[in-house]
Amino acid sequence: MADIRVDNLNLWYGDFQALIDVGAHFPEREITAMIGPSGCGKSTLLRVFNRMNDFVEGVRVSGQVIIDGQDIISDKPDLVKLRKNVGMVFQRPNPFPLSIYENIVFGQKVHTEGLSRSELDEIVEDSLSSVLLWDELKDKLRRSALSLSLEQKQRLCIARLIAVKPEILLMDEPCSTLDPQATGRIEELMRELKNNYTIIIVTHNMQQAARVSDNTGFMLLGELVEFGKTRDIFKGPKDKRTEDYITGRYG
Amino acid sequence: MLRHLDEELKELHRDILKMAVFAQESIFKSIESLKNRDKALAQDVINTDNKIDELELEIDDKCIDLIARYQPMAGDLRYISTGMKINAELERIADIAVDISQRSLELMEKPLLKPLVDIPKLSLVSQDMVGDAIDAFIKRDAQLARKVVLDDAEADRLRNLVQDELVSEYLARDPQTAERAVALLLIARYLERICDHTTNIAEDVIYMVEAKVVKHHPEELK
Repeated sequence: MADIRVDNLNLWYGDFQALIDVGAHFPEREITAMIGPSGCGKSTLLRVFNRMNDFVEGVRVSGQVIIDGQDIISDKPDLVKLRKNVGMVFQRPNPFPLSIYENIVFGQKVHTEGLSRSELDEIVEDSLSSVLLWDELKDKLRRSALSLSLEQKQRLCIARLIAVKPEILLMDEPCSTLDPQATGRIEELMRELKNNYTIIIVTHNMQQAARVSDNTGFMLLGELVEFGKTRDIFKGPKDKRTEDYITGRYG
Repeated sequence: MLRHLDEELKELHRDILKMAVFAQESIFKSIESLKNRDKALAQDVINTDNKIDELELEIDDKCIDLIARYQPMAGDLRYISTGMKINAELERIADIAVDISQRSLELMEKPLLKPLVDIPKLSLVSQDMVGDAIDAFIKRDAQLARKVVLDDAEADRLRNLVQDELVSEYLARDPQTAERAVALLLIARYLERICDHTTNIAEDVIYMVEAKVVKHHPEELK
């Protein structure tokens, strides 16, 4: 099952507690948006899901995060495998300074040795097709990925993840550097992708969360204040703090 | 934190209250014209209707404008969408007051069929319900709104009483009274319709306050 179950999750950066007793269920093949003011812990939570906080000095985590039946906090999972299964898309698209083709097959080469040229070609076509870039780029695969537009770069980064066949896609503000048209197209892509992937998106853009997600979680000062169906949260949130935030009264 | 939207919502609120006052006045005047055979008052209700229609369009436009510019969420969204619905209900109520006035004018041309007893009672119920529904909207009082919804049964009861009396005492006995009896029957029906629209307002207020849909779900009233 490609869902994520979080229970009693606490995280400290040194003395500072960034996540406080977080519990939630992120359903399979749905889009869940995490919203909340800067510093509320939403990105930290996202980074727990593929253990990216491990790089931070002085980080301490307790609680449970069950992915595929495995507790990724206490079970010490193989991080290469975990990150293959749980891919992350960042705020600024970060393609490698390689060709478009090499960007896509890079992960494949790490995870699977000895793939033939035709197998790699197929992966490139499949991955670029699923982010709707194939038609645009099929004749330009040897070009540097750095020559692409911002939106194309972001799509390429998503294609690069898809190439290694993950189950879960984490997106940290994936549209914050894009214009409204490009944002709309990435949102369309997310809707397509949710047929095959569980998606969790961190966004400051409330309208985006309302448009694109099935579930929404509101975080404040490290706590998950409210979590529920997006259609309920934006029409009738139960907690006054959620109401204040989504109606722009917070602060 | 006070938002610019709050200022605009206040303005919308004032307009909806203005609409409510117009509708309440129209009902009151139409019933008074009937009771006192007052032509001028009935005519006044008919003449005011244009103004009410214009205000309805203005409020509608304001709501759509707020949705387009602010993309409101949660309580704001429920307030604006409820405002739009209440606006439409109030306009319908004012239209019905015009219908009552027209019947009242027709009845004035003929001798009094009978002293009015239950119709004034029904009109009081309807005016109380409209007053309470508006109060519930102003005070965001879901409990009062619930009372309004429950009061509708009394309006139905009185309407049936009027209907039974007019049919058995007049329509069935004397065809000469048919025109006047039917006019009174219609007025009772109009008043009961006003109560139905008022019930809708009350249900909308409950949604606005509690995000709970009670329309067509009476079990949610508890």
